[in-house]
Amino acid sequence: MKTFGRLIRNFAFMLGLVLTLLLIISALAAPLLSPHDPFHQDTSRRLEAPSDDHPLGLDDLGRDVLSRIFYGARVSLRVGFSVVFLASLIGITLGAIAGYFGGFVDMLVMRLCDILLSFPGILLAIALVAVLGPSLNNVVMALVITAWVGYARLVRGQVLKVREMEFITAARALGARSPRVIILHVLPNIMNPVIVMATLGLGGVILSEAALSFLGLGVQPPTPSWGAMLTSGRRYLGLANHLAIFPGAAIMLAVMGLNFLGDGLIDALDPKFRKEMR
Amino acid sequence: MTQYIIRRLLQMIPITLGILTLIFSLIHLIPGDPAVQIAGEGARPEDVQNVRKSLGLDQPLWKQYVTYIGNLAQGDLGRSFRTNESVSKEIAARYPATMQLAFGSMLVALLVAFPLGIISAIYRNSWIDNVARFFALIGVSMPSFWFGPLLIIAFAINRQWFPVSGREEGLKSLVLPSITMGLALSAILTRMIRVSLADELGQLYVTTAIAKGVTRSKAIFRHALKNALIPVITILALQFGSLLTGAIITEQIFSWPGLGRLLIQSITTRDYPQVQASILVIALTYIMVNFLSDLLYGIVDPRIKLQ
Repeated sequence: MKTFGRLIRNFAFMLGLVLTLLLIISALAAPLLSPHDPFHQDTSRRLEAPSDDHPLGLDDLGRDVLSRIFYGARVSLRVGFSVVFLASLIGITLGAIAGYFGGFVDMLVMRLCDILLSFPGILLAIALVAVLGPSLNNVVMALVITAWVGYARLVRGQVLKVREMEFITAARALGARSPRVIILHVLPNIMNPVIVMATLGLGGVILSEAALSFLGLGVQPPTPSWGAMLTSGRRYLGLANHLAIFPGAAIMLAVMGLNFLGDGLIDALDPKFRKEMR
Repeated sequence: MTQYIIRRLLQMIPITLGILTLIFSLIHLIPGDPAVQIAGEGARPEDVQNVRKSLGLDQPLWKQYVTYIGNLAQGDLGRSFRTNESVSKEIAARYPATMQLAFGSMLVALLVAFPLGIISAIYRNSWIDNVARFFALIGVSMPSFWFGPLLIIAFAINRQWFPVSGREEGLKSLVLPSITMGLALSAILTRMIRVSLADELGQLYVTTAIAKGVTRSKAIFRHALKNALIPVITILALQFGSLLTGAIITEQIFSWPGLGRLLIQSITTRDYPQVQASILVIALTYIMVNFLSDLLYGIVDPRIKLQ
């Protein structure tokens, strides 16, 4: 209850919560919210400025920008949730094993992390998508490969601390096997920082997906994606600025919302995690 | 110090090897038969065979790997499919542009972050501190591929102060790309300087200096700032590496003829040797910069070496 009260009074957290809810609602209710069909082309009205009928204007193929932004939220969130889910699953598993057992496994996992960390994440993602070909699944895979490392290192560090505590020794003394100890006793005690990392990570993933789409390496047309909308908007700067302004604003609000939410969670759950997240 | 450098150099070996292996395997990750994919759908069998041969894909994997490392050691990065010229030539031509952009952004970041960070540390929790905090927040959340186009609309189209794209107009061309790429870094640096300097200002030696009659500004700039800069210098050096990857996007926004744009262009034209070489050079520069920043940290803060 104390945590909840702290969260409610945290302005940044509440703003983050509102923005994140807006993002989720846009994605889930895209068909209900969209005033027009996001794929319907009206080439006679291409690049038209915002009007009452089309509040955010029309794009280079005469499609409604607002509707495409609502549908674009689906791509962002689908990639975001898939990457965070898979990366945390892999990271928690490997991190817990490395931290709990130590020794050779630990060394192996940590060296792999070192190599992946010494390589700029977005560069690795670009390289992978470049050879695998641009598609939604390949973007998710490329981002997972770089994202799990953070979770693995965080979880390993936490497990190292928890492992030495008395209740673990007690569980072992009572005859519990390693998998049982890890899943039932270790993991529940280290989940708070993982949740925070996942929330902050979601914003980062959405930004990376938009960057890949912006470079033409993400979801392929005609599927609406914010990054790709920005790329085509860039071609019409000066002619139809709304094509670049609105999708970009959507990306920024989504990322900012998730960052605020994550920051608020850090303060509320346990301020000392702030240091460990770095 | 020598021991420290040697230790760090040794640590770099497995990492560099790992990255080389990763880049080597890229071409083998192409789904299906890489030679067919590279030659293009519907290519004649002899063309496919040519590609396979020129890339050495007909050799056993271990031999390909040894040849790859051997060639790299001799500075041979391969030949471009598109121009049939050595890929290193194209990279050498593009490298200075990327470096210029990286230094330009760093300059922008320093020019913004220093005054803002110092003022908000001195006047903690004042309105100017809040403005700086808000700026830092916007700075890290604003995607460069949005900020860049906004700058183009405002300063290249509405007011024609700077060119929309390219590198032909010298320093004038550098301004908007540098601001685009420098924004996030200046936001991070501002926070860093503020926290670090605020910490130092609370130390007893500052109080002592003021008690002994040193003016406040002298205590801040001569004593506290010097110590506050230690972590800032490291962050700055570390962030230089991330500027290199940021350049991939910024160069695309402004059609800046650097390494990042070369990488994306070669991906579009499926020029795999050029793709591999560009990634390799960016990654190696990144590792090198991080290594140098570690050394720098050791020099400015002697306590680090002991760890």
